[in-house]
This record gives sequence, structure tokens and C-alpha cells, in this order.
Amino acid sequence: MPDQLLFAMEVTLNGLMAGVLYALVALGFVLIFKASGIFNYAQGVMALFAAMTLVGIMKGQVPFSHLINAIFGTDIHYFGWHVPSLIAILLTCVVMVGLAWCVQYFIMRHLVNQEPIILFMATIGLAYFLEGFSDLMWGSEIKKLDVGLPQGINETIDRVTFDWFGYGFFIDNLDIVATVIAALLVVALVVFSQYTREGRAMRAVADDHQAALSVGVSLNFIWVMVWSVAGFVALVAGIMWGTKSGVQFSLSLIALKALPVLMLGGFTSIPGAIVGGLIIGVGEKLFEFALGPALGGATENWFAYVLALVFLVFRPQGLFGEKIIERV
Amino acid sequence: MKLKVTSLALGALMAAAPAMADLVMPSLSYRTGPYAAGGIPFADGYADYFTLLNERDGGIGGVPVRLLECETGYNTEKGVECYESTKGEGALVYQPLSTGITYQLIPKTTADDIPLHTLGYGRTSAKNGDVFSHTFNYPANYWDGASGAINYLLEVNDNDLSGKKIALVYHNSAYGKEPIRTLETLAEKHGFELSLLPVDHPGQEQKSQWLQIRRDRPDNVIMWGWGVMNQVAIQEAANIRFPMEDFIGIWWSGGDHDVLPAGEAADGYKALTFHAVGDDFPVFDDIQTHVVDKGLAAGAGDQVGNVLYNRGLYAAMLAAEAVKEAQEIHGVADITPSMMRDGMEALEMTEERMAALGLPNFGPAFTASCENHGGDGYVGVTQWDAKNQTWSLVSDFAPTDGDVIGALVDEDSGAYAAENNIPSNCN
Repeated sequence: MPDQLLFAMEVTLNGLMAGVLYALVALGFVLIFKASGIFNYAQGVMALFAAMTLVGIMKGQVPFSHLINAIFGTDIHYFGWHVPSLIAILLTCVVMVGLAWCVQYFIMRHLVNQEPIILFMATIGLAYFLEGFSDLMWGSEIKKLDVGLPQGINETIDRVTFDWFGYGFFIDNLDIVATVIAALLVVALVVFSQYTREGRAMRAVADDHQAALSVGVSLNFIWVMVWSVAGFVALVAGIMWGTKSGVQFSLSLIALKALPVLMLGGFTSIPGAIVGGLIIGVGEKLFEFALGPALGGATENWFAYVLALVFLVFRPQGLFGEKIIERV
Repeated sequence: MKLKVTSLALGALMAAAPAMADLVMPSLSYRTGPYAAGGIPFADGYADYFTLLNERDGGIGGVPVRLLECETGYNTEKGVECYESTKGEGALVYQPLSTGITYQLIPKTTADDIPLHTLGYGRTSAKNGDVFSHTFNYPANYWDGASGAINYLLEVNDNDLSGKKIALVYHNSAYGKEPIRTLETLAEKHGFELSLLPVDHPGQEQKSQWLQIRRDRPDNVIMWGWGVMNQVAIQEAANIRFPMEDFIGIWWSGGDHDVLPAGEAADGYKALTFHAVGDDFPVFDDIQTHVVDKGLAAGAGDQVGNVLYNRGLYAAMLAAEAVKEAQEIHGVADITPSMMRDGMEALEMTEERMAALGLPNFGPAFTASCENHGGDGYVGVTQWDAKNQTWSLVSDFAPTDGDVIGALVDEDSGAYAAENNIPSNCN
């Protein structure tokens, strides 16, 4: 088999894996948009906050220690214990539920029936607040995140592909884990929204929140639930991306990777986020491989948006989005 | 009437009394945002050195230093705002720690007669003081870095790089593109093959670049990164099992926070430097006694001795020594920004001088002048020991390729002077 074809196959596989990581971020956006029509600008910062909280809990870091030390003249930074990963993840989930409740109680319930642009602006404010709050709570330094996920080349794939083609493919173990987790997450979310009472209530609110209210569905509860689920998805995305680069403020910028995925897959479809992620991942990687060198490289960021825009021309609601029909 | 007389007398007394003088040092820092991990230790080192001088020596030449910290978030617009809001305070020298902010401040500081020090960053051709009268980039610049990396590779390859393949992984920005011309010239000179791999901001996703490195198998990779790009690149290099000994970063890719997230996998990674690493210098004992123990350390006080803290401290030390030069030249303790510029042009950092400051061999010896605002461009190499979590100098500060760099500096600064009708500063 020609070398270039083998390389293209390797790039395609890695593109699929990268697409899954993009989709993980996009899922959080979809959940909130689907249930409340809000484009949550703070989703990337939620991933950052979740990952920082997880590391903070694992390391036994004292929250707001810089503030406490500055006010009281103390010198405390750590409790002196280490929390196992699984327990720390569960505790972080509790924190994210608390965050969801705060968002609902202090922001969203005051903005019911406001224009979408007002809600969007509120999430911009939330993003900046949460970024500063994370800094104050856990500090700005880069934190190593190790919840036991494997990293590095997958030996089996390397060996098998070498035996077959004479060239071993590189696939990162972390990407494989991310793919499995993303698949489980999507299945869980679909089961939750289709087969549970709360899930059906969520879909009812998404379809028509006034009709849902009239049959006794609590909007407040549903929105807290949706923000909590989005917080959980943010935690998963934060763990995957944070394991790659360390937990740091750049994590909030991963939202940029989700936007073309949303444009392509649609803002209201969970499968759309996954398929959109895969198309963007493979598309940008193959384009970079094939034409990047001729164009000076670094084509991935802009090509993802070009690809999404091309799809938008033909399907403005995205591949899986609901067609918006406004009657006069 | 009595009150009026008393007020008048008080007013006259205040007018007659000498103003409380101080040496104003702005610190355009970034303690928040995506680049805070690099901004915090530098700002802490910069602040702690001046605090040390105030606490131990009563300032410089008897005049206390007043640090004006302004948060830029590594954002160029905010950096310019910081400059505009602090320059009226009598700012002596600006240290923006951002190439983007530097480019905006070069014409402004020149017009306002305030010196700008861009230590190892900013516009490389500002080394030519004949054109860039108020900008200083000693002791080394980006092109020294590029040449230093190649010189080091020559050193470990028996002075022969012909036929070797070297890849440059760089931040796809003006900063990241800085070394390209120098490396291309050096590739022609030494016969190695250079491949260029840009990484888009912020650099969280670099799979394509490292797959290409895995396919092409270059002998060495040079990195020009900042922020999250550094940590991801080191992790990706480990993932594809690229030998860390063959991976060299510019000094902005060689901080403690760049290697720690990769853990043991980062062991052996190298980075260029123009100053020493670690805290085994007498000045750190003084910082402990006069700054940390008194609870006066900047930030959380937990950065002392790490690479970027040392760089901030080094920048502050060079500023303080320039103040001393200016005080000596002009015979006054309370100097103006214009006098500070004279002090920077007259700065001579000898080994004896650094030893007397408690920083023996902390940086290369160099002499600035009207024509030479960039020093002598000596560059060393450090290596990361992941087990002990320490950097160590594996190559002494060595000269860079002055012929290649000098020609490029003359060409670029000449074009700038022609474009902006800048007369010679050193006639």
C-alpha cells in the first residue's frame, strides 16, 4: 500500500478521535440549548471550573486559600490529604449541581421569557465571573491531572497495523478512552431523555415551556437538572482535555473547538454533536494533511469553520437540527 | 482669620518641602487568563527584587522603588491602556512581557522619552540602538535563541549538521515566526533541512503536527511556543516517543509549568536560556530574609527560584543596575526616564558586578552601548530532570552567530528606519 495512503488512514483515525473530544465539549452546549434555548457561552469555562475543582479536591487544596491568607495572615494551602479519583469525581459532580442551582437561582429564573440575546449575554457574564471565581478559588497555576487514564501510543494498534501494512499507526490511548466514554455518555443521555420521567419533562420543556408548565412540570427543577447534566458533561470534557495539557485557564478556550461542531451538527441534537464532531475532526485533519503544507500549515482552526459554513449553506439548521418554521 | 493664616502657613510649608521622591517601576503583568501561569512567576520575581532593595538597602541610591503593577491579561489593548495610565507617574522603564504589547509601545515610548526593556522577547532588530533609541532587548533576543539552538546542536553533533533534519514547531503568530528567517539562513549555512510546523493559537490540539513529526522523523525539534502550546507539545512528543534529549524549546518554552504536567515523560527535555536556573545564589538568602520571612513576597510567595521567577528577578536586577548607572552619570539620585535611558545605554554587566549582587554567573556578561541595545547575545541550554523536578544548565552561555544575526538586524532595522524616517540616534 502506498505510504501516503497509509498516512491518510492514520490521519483519518486520529481525526475521528479528535472529533470525539470536540463532540464532548459540544454536547454540553446542545443539552442547555435544547432544554432552554440558551446558547451557553460559559460551557468552556464550566469545563475549566469542573476540572480545577476536581484537581483541587484530589490534592486536598484549601479553596480560596490565597484570599484567606491575605485577609487573616495565615499560610494555609492544603488540608494534607489526598482524595481518590472516583470520590473526587463524585464530589465534583455535587459541586457542579450546586453551581447549576446557583445559576438557576441567581440568574436564569430572573430572565424567564427574555429575548434569547439577553440570555446569551447573561451567559457571557457568567463565563467571565466563573473564570475569575475559579482563579480565586483554586489559583492560576497549571495543575497536573491524573485520574488514572492511560496516555501514549497504543501498542496493540501499533503492532497490528505494522504487521498488516509495514507501518504502525499512532493512536493515543487517551483518545480511545475518550471515545468509549463519549459513546457511553451519549447512550446514557439518550436513555435518560427518552425513558425517564425527568428526561421526558426535559423534552417537554424544550418543545414548549408554557405547555410544560400547564401540565405541572417545574421549570426551575428542569433547568437546574439540565445545567447539572451540562456541568457533568463539562467535567468529562475537562478531565479529557485537562489530562492532555494540565488543568489551566486555556481549557476555557476549548469552546472554540465546539462551535463549528454545533454549526454543523445542529444545536438541538445529541447525535448531531457526535456526528458533527467526527466530520469536523476528520475534515480538518485530512485537509491539514493533504493541503496544509502547500498553504503554510495551521489550517485546522479556520478550515473547521469553513467546513461548517459550507454545510450551513445547504442546511441552515445543521445536519440534525430541527427546522425552524415561523408562521405569520 | 486665625484659620486662614494657619492654612496659608501650612500651604507654604508644604510647597517649600521637597517632594517625596521614588523610582517608579511599572510592571505590566498578567496574573489572570490563559497565560497567567507564565506571567505570575515573572511578575513575582520582578516585584520581589525591588522589595528586597527597598527592605535591605533602602531603595537604590537611597531612593525607594515604587512598583506599579497593572494587569494586562496578555492582551495588547489592555497593555497599551496600562502604559497610558501609568506613564504619568514618572515611570522609568517598561517591561511588558509580551511581544504584541512591545510592538505597540515602541513608537509610544520613543515619543514619550521612556525606555522600554524587552528581555528576550519583542522586536529583535531593536538591538540596533541607532534606530530604536528607547527600546532595549539585552542580554539576548529571539534570533540569538535560534542561533543558540543551532550552535548547541552543532556542539553535540561534532560541528556537522549537514544532512540533518530539524523541525521547528512554532506558535502561529508574529512571535512564533520570529526565528524562521534566521533558521532558514542557518540551514543554508550549515546544510541541514528545516521543516516548519505552525500551531494555531492556543495550541491545545497539535495531533497533526506530531503525526507529521512521527512520519518525517526529524533529528531534532525546536519549539517556539507559549502558554498551553508548550505543555501539549511536550506531552505529544512523549506520546510519539520522540527523544526528549533531541527536543529544544526557546526560553519561553522552558518554564517549570511547561514540563510538570507531562510528569516523568518530560525527563530530558531541553530549553534555551540567558540566565541561570535554581535558587543556589546568595541573593535568594536575602530574599528569604528580607522579603519572604517578612511576609512581603509578591503573589502567593510560592514561585521563588523557578525559571520564570528567576527571569523576572533578573529583569529587575538589570533595571536596578541601569538606575545606578543613570544616578552616577547624572549625579542625582532621583532620576528621570530620560536619564534612565542613558543608564541603560551605559550598562556594563561584568561577572564581578553580578557576584557582588549575590548573583555570580547568573547571566552572561555584556556591555550595552548607544548602537548595541541587545548585549552580546550569549545563550545557554538547560535540561529538565523530571525525577528531582529541577532544571540544570547543560551548556554554558555561548556566543551566537553574530555574522548572520548582525546582517539580519541591520536589514530589518534599516527598513524600519527608512519606513518611519528615523534619524540616527548615535551621531
